[in-house]
Amino acid sequence: MKIEVIAFGIAKDILNGNQVTLEMDEQSSVADVRQALVDLYPAFQGLASLQLAVNADYVNDDYLIKENDEVVLIPPVSGG
Amino acid sequence: MLNKEELIRYNRQIILPDFGIEGQEKLKSSSVLVIGAGGLGIPNLSYLAAAGVGRIGLVEFDEISLSNLQRQVMYKTKQAGESKGKSAVKVIQELNPNVKVEHFETRLDAENALAIIRDFDLVVDGSDNLPTRYLVNDACVLLGKPLVYAAVFRYEGQVSVFNAQRKDGSRGPNYRDLFPTPPPPEMVPSCNEGGVFGALTGIIGAMQANEAIKLLTGLGIRLDGRLFLFDSQYFTTRFLNIKSNPENPLSGENPTITKLIDYEAFCGLSEAKNEADEITVQELHQLIESGNAPFILDVREPYEYVISNLKGLNIPLFELRAEFGRLSQNETIVIHCKSGQRSRKALELLKKEGFLKLRHLKGGILAWQKEIDNSMEIY
Repeated sequence: MKIEVIAFGIAKDILNGNQVTLEMDEQSSVADVRQALVDLYPAFQGLASLQLAVNADYVNDDYLIKENDEVVLIPPVSGG
Repeated sequence: MLNKEELIRYNRQIILPDFGIEGQEKLKSSSVLVIGAGGLGIPNLSYLAAAGVGRIGLVEFDEISLSNLQRQVMYKTKQAGESKGKSAVKVIQELNPNVKVEHFETRLDAENALAIIRDFDLVVDGSDNLPTRYLVNDACVLLGKPLVYAAVFRYEGQVSVFNAQRKDGSRGPNYRDLFPTPPPPEMVPSCNEGGVFGALTGIIGAMQANEAIKLLTGLGIRLDGRLFLFDSQYFTTRFLNIKSNPENPLSGENPTITKLIDYEAFCGLSEAKNEADEITVQELHQLIESGNAPFILDVREPYEYVISNLKGLNIPLFELRAEFGRLSQNETIVIHCKSGQRSRKALELLKKEGFLKLRHLKGGILAWQKEIDNSMEIY
């Protein structure tokens, strides 16, 4: 199934853009998405502790994603 | 009670439905502490003072610099080098003499934060670094103060309201519910390192002021439990729902943080200012001239490398964790960036990965241009 990954902040640099489509197996969890991102983009390791949101909600790692879900990556930014 | 001058001055908001004289009197009797008078702090200070908040505190120790002026629109070119806080206080005092303004000319830290924040009803965070953001959050939660949070990076901004008191007496989520663990320092670039769009800081800072005024007057629906994201480059907005985490070490079911901690260490910056890790541009120049040039690692972005460089290997800071295998542990590595901030983070990262022979260039390529090679292009 296809899911969208939406990136903010430094995650955009790592994904080379603000949005990428990932092909995931059915019954994949948020933890699987995290692993897929590390495999595809080694620099994502530095954001491995990041809490991920699916659509409009922050979810736990065991949350199961569905086709066309948007996984949102929001690293902390500190600028003022 | 409002006097005649105040009734006229605040007329345009007093006549608003749901605001009224009552709202104005609430503002007059309330106090706000603004952390930082930078890109976010300035719109906050301006709108909070203009709206008639009774007492405004400002924590700011820095000086005005030329590179602030692209976004910090309260300051004038001729003021470069002057105290930011003193200047900001003067401006808002002239803007609205009804407001009592206090300036804390100090860096907020774990020693002074509780004493400073305690005397205010609400805190607005416009700071520029991650340790201060956790510090302000923790102090607000420990003291039971609502916190209006915002942060900017390049073309993006984030806004939320933390630790707001709800009708049932409970408190809304806070920064640690959103970001339980700080990522390594190289993943959190500051405005100096990553750049920031000027007008964006005005937009995001004004949103913060708007939320602060709503909280103080009890108006509308607050940004409590929601994170607002604005990407001005693509003009997209997004809301994310934040829930209180029962395992939050500060505000969860079994809190382990009951007093302020060492926030530099918490954010992985503890060994930060170690002078033995630094090399000056003169020292580096001498090594190169004498034929003992060390290996130079340039952790800036590729577009910066194109403008000017010291012929080092270019690996941008955020890629270093994945790419350090390209470096040898056997030779001395001198790391540099533009000003010395990113190279410090890179040095700590490589240290943790087992590299021992590391130095980073004090003052970065800017110092090189100034002290060694004036013909070099700066940016």
